[in-house]
Amino acid sequence: MSEEIKKERAEIGPPMGRHGGPAGFAGRPVEKAKDFKGTFIRLVGYLKPQKFKLIVVFIFAILGTVFNIFGPKTLGKATTKIFEGIMSKKALADLLAAQDKLTKLAADPATATPKVLDSLNQVKAGIAKIMSTNGGKIDFHYIQIIILILITLYLLSALFNYIQQYIMAGVAQKTVYKLRKDVDEKLSRLPLKFYDSRIHGDILSRVTNDVDNIANTLQQSITQLITSFVTIIGVIIMMLTISPLLTLIVILTLPLYILVTTVIARRSQKYFAHQQKSLGELNGHVEEMYGGHKIVKSFGHEKESIETFNQINKRLYAAGWKAQFISGMIMPLMRFISNLGYVIVSVAGGIFVTRGIITIGNVQAFIQYTSQFTMPIIQTANIANIIQSTIASAERVFELLDEEEEIPDSKNAMVLKYPEGEVKFENVDFSYKADEPLIRNMNIDVKKGHTIAIVGPTGAGKTTLVNLLMRFYEINGGKITIDGVDIRDIKRGNLRSIFGMVLQDTWLFNGTIMENIAYGKEGATEGEVINAAKAAHADHFIKTLPEGYNTVLNEEVTNISQGQKQLLTIARAFLADPAILILDEATSNVDTRTEVLIQKAMATLMKGRTSFVIAHRLSTIRDAELILVMNQGSIIEMGNHKELLAKKGFYAELYNSQFLGANLDEQQAV
Amino acid sequence: MLRLYRFLKPFTFFIIAIVTLLFIQVIADLYLPTLMSNIVNNGIINKDINYILRTGGIMLITAAVGITCAIIAAFFTSKTAVGLGKILREKIFTKVEGFSLSEFDKLGTATLITRTTNDVTQIQQVTVMIFSMMITAPLTSIGGVIMALRENKSLTWVLAVVIPILAAIIGTVLVKGIPLFRLMQIKLDKLNLVLRENLTGIRVIRAFNRIDKEKARFDYANADLMENAIKVNKIMAILMPLMMLIMNFTTIAIIWFGGIKIDQGNMQIGSLMAFIQYAMQILFSLLMLTLLFILVPRAQASSVRINEVLDTKPEIVDPQKPVNVFEKRGVVEFKDVTFSYKGSEQPVLCNISFTAVPGEITAIIGSTGSGKSTLVNLIPRFYDVDSGSVMIDGVDVREISQEVLRAKIGFVPQNIIIFSGTIAENIRYGKKDATMEEIRHAADIAQATDFILKMEGGFDHYISAGGTNVSGGQKQRLSIARALVRKPEIYIFDDSFSALDFKTDARLRAALKPEIKSSTVILIAQRVSTIMNADKIIVLDDGKIVGIGAHRELLKTCEVYREIVYSQLSEEELA
Repeated sequence: MSEEIKKERAEIGPPMGRHGGPAGFAGRPVEKAKDFKGTFIRLVGYLKPQKFKLIVVFIFAILGTVFNIFGPKTLGKATTKIFEGIMSKKALADLLAAQDKLTKLAADPATATPKVLDSLNQVKAGIAKIMSTNGGKIDFHYIQIIILILITLYLLSALFNYIQQYIMAGVAQKTVYKLRKDVDEKLSRLPLKFYDSRIHGDILSRVTNDVDNIANTLQQSITQLITSFVTIIGVIIMMLTISPLLTLIVILTLPLYILVTTVIARRSQKYFAHQQKSLGELNGHVEEMYGGHKIVKSFGHEKESIETFNQINKRLYAAGWKAQFISGMIMPLMRFISNLGYVIVSVAGGIFVTRGIITIGNVQAFIQYTSQFTMPIIQTANIANIIQSTIASAERVFELLDEEEEIPDSKNAMVLKYPEGEVKFENVDFSYKADEPLIRNMNIDVKKGHTIAIVGPTGAGKTTLVNLLMRFYEINGGKITIDGVDIRDIKRGNLRSIFGMVLQDTWLFNGTIMENIAYGKEGATEGEVINAAKAAHADHFIKTLPEGYNTVLNEEVTNISQGQKQLLTIARAFLADPAILILDEATSNVDTRTEVLIQKAMATLMKGRTSFVIAHRLSTIRDAELILVMNQGSIIEMGNHKELLAKKGFYAELYNSQFLGANLDEQQAV
Repeated sequence: MLRLYRFLKPFTFFIIAIVTLLFIQVIADLYLPTLMSNIVNNGIINKDINYILRTGGIMLITAAVGITCAIIAAFFTSKTAVGLGKILREKIFTKVEGFSLSEFDKLGTATLITRTTNDVTQIQQVTVMIFSMMITAPLTSIGGVIMALRENKSLTWVLAVVIPILAAIIGTVLVKGIPLFRLMQIKLDKLNLVLRENLTGIRVIRAFNRIDKEKARFDYANADLMENAIKVNKIMAILMPLMMLIMNFTTIAIIWFGGIKIDQGNMQIGSLMAFIQYAMQILFSLLMLTLLFILVPRAQASSVRINEVLDTKPEIVDPQKPVNVFEKRGVVEFKDVTFSYKGSEQPVLCNISFTAVPGEITAIIGSTGSGKSTLVNLIPRFYDVDSGSVMIDGVDVREISQEVLRAKIGFVPQNIIIFSGTIAENIRYGKKDATMEEIRHAADIAQATDFILKMEGGFDHYISAGGTNVSGGQKQRLSIARALVRKPEIYIFDDSFSALDFKTDARLRAALKPEIKSSTVILIAQRVSTIMNADKIIVLDDGKIVGIGAHRELLKTCEVYREIVYSQLSEEELA
């Protein structure tokens, strides 16, 4: 059970916080790449085939942003026009009133002083001026034109942005597809050594979580980075064209943004680290206590377990709320700085307007620009972290791609068409770790049809034999030959087809029973599959299943029993019809009746084939031509049953304790 | 999800504070455009610089009030949301520790772990979002509409047109997009499945030389995923540009119709500018609210899972008046016990009756699925029987408190469980106050001393989580030592010698013998050699006792026993 949990947890993915993710900007610690530049360049290399599309995306992103940036300034013109219109209207009304008054005064000779006449002329000139500029009305014709321009600008901007994102969808996903494919192909070239030394969850996580992380960044962050950058630059340029002084004042708020983000990020780092640590401890405790629930209950440790949990939980809370608070402050602070800019623009802009330095529409444009400014800055701060975590992900994926591969087949590697099944070990040396030799100078000579029994305590290293025979691992010295040919001179595919494996850890996949058996032979017909199943005594149970041969094995293959799985594996071996067999007789977790079937099927399968048997049955051992006694991975004795008993060594002791265990028990107990 | 918020009760004050503070903050933020509009209407038009500066000052104060409120609200929010997480975790963990094995079977260990950890974190994060965004967004929309109405009533119709359009578009894209997102998850799972199978079956794939076929299988899943992802992203590509377009067109409409109103003398220029800003704030808040549609369903799934745990009632509870006085010591008696697992039709155990007494070894043998482990699980009351009764020391286990009952038992389960900690700590788990002497003694008997002393630090050697740095056989011996140090009345060994090699097995059993003289031993084994010397052997087949007696007796009388024995031992050895 605990194994399953571990597996599942490993597959859920790495602990939280490993990927900065979209929410990762709030001061959360981000995993950093070891070689940022190198990995970055390599990742960019993946985008190369899409170069043309990418350039289009970039151009469109820039265009879309630029058109958008022109908006506020143009809109400001409309506002200014309205403002001017309304101001002239007011002025015109005043002037007309004054004109009326003055005309009356001028008409009366008593009051028609030169001063009055002079004023009247001035007023008239003013009226004429207003009439000539906008007729004392809002110039709706002009505004109409502006609005048409704006509609065009915004439509184009939206269109370009849409096309850009539309194309990017293909670019990003195709790149990721290629990356996944490369990883998968790499996995097929990696030696078994790699798989045996890694946790599956880690490999899985690189192919799924890390690649997903890259996919998201490509899809969203890259164009976002471009548009943010263009927006910031564009907005600054537009603001400069309106008023350099006001722009300067607004730009002064920029360092505040940077200050706030860096200070908070630095301060929160500590709490996030604490939080992460407590969370890890908490998860560990929960996992252990739930996994060992039976033991906790058996030994009455519930109270202690809850006590420990509460302590960790308290620590998690203490660190957690502080981390949350500090990162929660970022948004309000950003908004405050943005508001500060707003106030400055309103006040300074207002003063500038009264002085006639800029127009009211300019102020409005500035207000819009300052708010357009804030988002990209927050986004850029965000993106920096996202890119860091993406590069870290890419680095992990590339690490996988850089793993050392299997030695490829030599050019003149041959194919044994009709293998006899004679196996020879000549002075073979082998070790998994350089300083711990396992097999030294091993010599065996196996004739066609012989049975070699491997015995020893559990975990004695039976996989080692499989690893060497099938060339999953390379030997350090000597050679292994089949029919006199060194296995290193045989094509790997051919070599492996000479062997058939029936091991206890059966491997079946999510598919029908038919497909699972047919796995043993490419292009097997239905008839062949059924014959193989019959030979393996599996036909009967398969037929009792609701869908027969078309029954789909579920993902965890829990819908058939362990014994039935073993029968399917045997059927698979029958179908493959190999010259040499590697068998594991162990049948734990199998009910007695199925066990008998498995034994029968194995016996039939072994007939006429050279067989290496991990032996559990005494009859197999005694009848074997050769017994290899293994302990802790190395072969310590070999010979046939009689020879080994006469030797009175490890085998003799093992044999006695195993089968005459009861006697030993009594002797010692006295 | 609302049901989980019942645990927010201790935070009532905080929540009231958060809402109030955020309300003030929203008002402050919304007041700024009005002040700006005053600057335009009164300051600029009248060229009153003093007025402009004064109003600017008020704006600064307003902004400062806003941020102060927001930060205090953030403080309360984090205390509340993280506090909720803490309470939830505590409740779930305490609840789960009270579960019997049957609840564990029902829910599954792996999901219980995710429910206690990831699901709570999910709720915690969404709560933060709800408190910050989901409160401010509606407040801002409503407040924005009120302010817009104040600036100009008749122009508000623009909003009345735009808001439904916006809602409709967001709705359409979500309705179209969400099924595709779901499909994408399915395809991603499929890809991961292929990958996982490739990893676990690597030897078989290579042995059968099917690398190319597996590559094709992966490639198919990969391409399928890619096509779907492209489709989803192409649909999503329209969302943001369209949103921006709507906002920009809203601005244009306000300028145009506002211009007309100004011309008619119904509106002031500053109000127009403020109106634009209010419209933007409202539309942005609405966009924020759409996050709700994405976030809440995710949290909903988590909260359903959490509630399921909290609503589960443990089946096994202590009796009201537990029996504390026992007349006998170490006697285990099954009286016509029938038991079936939840949801299965067939009983696992049928009419089981036997007695095990101190000083005797009672062995249980039978094929897999015959009910051996189930039988011993009934003794510490991990499950309750359907009918009949399990008696310990003359008392039905249902009348004894679980603590007292289990204190009588030293249990060594089939699946070896070792906790992270030192070796000594692991053995001491059996007896909280065990001295070092007792621990050493238990290790000696369990044949563990040899390997313990070889390890760095000996008894202080640290075992990592899951016990990855000790072998299966070593773990099994530690697990036996843990039961031994307890010196219980009853020992239960559930196939506890399987990972030991035959020699160690024999030695351990020999050393065990004097140790357990005054105790009752119940032992399950697969190997005949392990049990053939037991005082009493119970042969189980298909949940029924088909034979009970000593080895030689059973060989004569019990067909099933003979079958088992013959499959393991040859005739010479039997002779």
